[in-house]
Amino acid sequence: MTDPTLAMASDYAVWASTAVLALALLAFCAHLAVTGAAPATAAGAPVTAAAAPSRRWGVVGLQLTWLATFLVVGGTALRALAVTRAPLGNMYEFALMTASFALVIYSVWSLRKERLWLGAFVVLPVLLIVGAARLGWYTEASQLMPALKNVWLVIHVTIATLSVGLFTIGAALATAYLLRDRAEGRGEVRGWLAALPGAQALERMTYGIHVFAFPLWTFAVISGAIWAEQAWGRYWGWDPKETWSFVIWVVYAAYLHARATTGWTTRRSTWIAIAGFVCVVLNFTAVNLLMTGLHSYSGVST
Amino acid sequence: MTTDQQADLQPEGSERIEPDYPKDRTTIGGPRLGLVGWVRWVWRQLTSMRTALALLLLLAVAALPGSVFPQRGVDAARVRRYLEDHPDAGPWLDRLGMFDVYSSPWFASIYLLLMISLVGCIIPRIRQQVRSLGAPPPRTPRNLERLPVHRHTLLEATPAEAVAAARAALAGRRFRLRAEEPGALVVSAEKGYLKETGNILFHLAILGVIVSVAVGHLFGWRGEIIVKERETFTSGAGAFDTLQLGPLVDEEDLPVFSLRLDDLDVQFEAEAQGAQFGQPRVFRGVATVQQGDEPALGEEFAVNHPLHVDGTSVYLLGNGYAPVVTVRDADGQVVYQDAVTFLPQDNTYSSSGAIKVTGLEPNLGFVGGFFPTFAADPTLGMVSSFPDLVDPALVLTAFEGDLFPEGRAQSVFSIDTEGMTQLMKDEDPQTPFSVALRPGESVELPGGRGTIEMESVIRWGGLLMRHDPGRLPALLFAGLALVGLVLMLGVKRRRVFVRVGAGTHTEVTVAGLPKGTDPGLEELVERILAQTVTAAGGRAVPADDVTKDDR
Ligand code: HEM
Repeated sequence: MTDPTLAMASDYAVWASTAVLALALLAFCAHLAVTGAAPATAAGAPVTAAAAPSRRWGVVGLQLTWLATFLVVGGTALRALAVTRAPLGNMYEFALMTASFALVIYSVWSLRKERLWLGAFVVLPVLLIVGAARLGWYTEASQLMPALKNVWLVIHVTIATLSVGLFTIGAALATAYLLRDRAEGRGEVRGWLAALPGAQALERMTYGIHVFAFPLWTFAVISGAIWAEQAWGRYWGWDPKETWSFVIWVVYAAYLHARATTGWTTRRSTWIAIAGFVCVVLNFTAVNLLMTGLHSYSGVST
Repeated sequence: MTTDQQADLQPEGSERIEPDYPKDRTTIGGPRLGLVGWVRWVWRQLTSMRTALALLLLLAVAALPGSVFPQRGVDAARVRRYLEDHPDAGPWLDRLGMFDVYSSPWFASIYLLLMISLVGCIIPRIRQQVRSLGAPPPRTPRNLERLPVHRHTLLEATPAEAVAAARAALAGRRFRLRAEEPGALVVSAEKGYLKETGNILFHLAILGVIVSVAVGHLFGWRGEIIVKERETFTSGAGAFDTLQLGPLVDEEDLPVFSLRLDDLDVQFEAEAQGAQFGQPRVFRGVATVQQGDEPALGEEFAVNHPLHVDGTSVYLLGNGYAPVVTVRDADGQVVYQDAVTFLPQDNTYSSSGAIKVTGLEPNLGFVGGFFPTFAADPTLGMVSSFPDLVDPALVLTAFEGDLFPEGRAQSVFSIDTEGMTQLMKDEDPQTPFSVALRPGESVELPGGRGTIEMESVIRWGGLLMRHDPGRLPALLFAGLALVGLVLMLGVKRRRVFVRVGAGTHTEVTVAGLPKGTDPGLEELVERILAQTVTAAGGRAVPADDVTKDDR
């Protein structure tokens, strides 16, 4: 039932993607350094070709990112073909899905708008995810355990990985905003920070991503409850994974609230979004690997 | 200066649609002397968004210990083990409610305060929203240049034509327009009332979910039972291995039906290596359900596919092996014959259990392990190397004496051997007697007591039966909350104002006022201006400050 050739092809694609991602990261960093060091141009003002800093490194990074997207999505798809099921059965596969979503979102986004400055912020976490998955959470291609054979698995995990992909980009933007905002506050926007858009624009983008991701996460939690009802006989049981999903939901709700609350600066609100992402990371790592619960699907032997 | 840059320079929120709900309720009124004033002040504190935010963050923190410490409601045995392993810290943690986080008073007080706060904030907002749904958009401000987004141009058309064109452009985008006196040179329009409606729907639905969960807790019940293959279970309060009734459920309320477990199909991963080896792959059963006088129904069920009987869901959750054991006395008479449920202890289904032969005097008791794929490990001793029945063995030691002294209740999976004597080998009275039986094998018991035989092995299924009347309402409210959330976050509440001036050319200014973050508003304002220009004859007089920047 499991095709070893396809499974191996998938592994090669994933390995190759880590190398390409690393190169893309270097190129994007070079891009930030070059554009940041260029003489300041009025934000958004049209710049003449001669004065414009070279975008060459950024374009190289973007093209490498497209290649990496192709490799990660391809690796994920090959694994799905190898096991003839959705690639959502264990931690390694969740990580691949999350990385795929983050890369696809960024790639599509960069086709529509100039987003070279964002590249490094997306490629770095994705590289960490794929690297950790490959080195730490690798699981052999195989069939599913019965509790995972359900349409709700596909719905629940797809949406959950999609929202985690979005939260990842959201956290990257939030970090960029916090750094840039601090520099602007001190009046010393220098170096690569000068290559970023203004703090307010970054903050608006951060919020925009979370506005997408939060309802998706809400849906992921609801669909998880529907599935738990069918598989375990109750829709909510405060299993560690359920607890953490709830905590993540509440923290991001608090972020949206904080942003709408007078007396809370956008800086402080954004820190709540970062706290939410810390919970997402813990939910994916510590809860999967260290805590005993019903969600023991990591597939990683401990 | 373009409006764009101006907006960037302004601190966020200095120019926005006034919130329908005063967000900072703490400053309204303020503390006053007297009980009424004080109560009102506390109420305003409690229903302020700042408090809601603090309570949300507190709720998140309060939920965490439940994932760190074992919980009684989830796994009582692990709590007991934890208390044994931590004799110092354990009792203190217990006093703090760390093992019952989600039913502890401090957790409850947080979410109850949040619920009160929620109700207190929703009621005035519903009133506000009903009022604003009936009200026209506000008057056009005198100075549109002060709004965060504005564009203007000079037009070769009469002011009346320009006003009509702007109204048409806005109406075409389904804005609600304020009725103006004839000849007025202003337009005021608003859209996105669904945002606030969605917000209210979301917050109400969250309340609905909480109430549904409470209803399910109060009126629901759950029972667990182990049923062996070809065994029939008849429901009833005394029939379950464990039964938990909600506080408002009576034993008589349980439905009456019988369920025969016809067959159980369990398969394990034998192909993949590594951590996946031996993982369960197939787990399903066929059951015959009979209720009242209705004809019996054979139904397939499985993990993820519960059976439904009369408002009760039957879930297949666990499984294990039951060796069929026959014990004969010295004369060859059958004194015991049954399939004995053994409880799996690990992922490879090394199982433990006990056989209680009361048909002999004194009683005989056997304890030991069942191994579906028997293997002798040099360090671990006897283990099972694979969860399926590849080479099953039943390994037992025997005891003689009184199995039920004073008729004390005890677990079916173990024997209290304290008052019993262990059987020793005939040839070596220092060594305890033990057997390793394969299917079909029979072994003589020492001292000519008879024989014990394992005929075959069947499986048992662990069934969970549950009735939860809050289940569907909770789903419904969760769905409504999601709809409300999408509306609240997706719909943009916007006001657009147009002012038309008179002169040699007609000056048209379009301005927009967002609620919250609204990056698309500039584009909308530009489009409306462009549409107005086109509809009013299409001849805009170029003006230096309408150049669009390239962002
Ligand atoms: C307890 C009292 C509560 C109050 C007074 C309150 C108040 C509000 C208000 C006024 C808004 C609109 C913010 C705006 O759009 O400018 C809002 C939005 C929101 N509320 Fe609440 N809320 C409460 C409880 C909750 C709870 C328990 C949750 C669920 C976790 C929640 C989740 C949200 C979310 C996600 C938003 C969207 C924020 C946005 O529009 O950006 N609220 N709340």
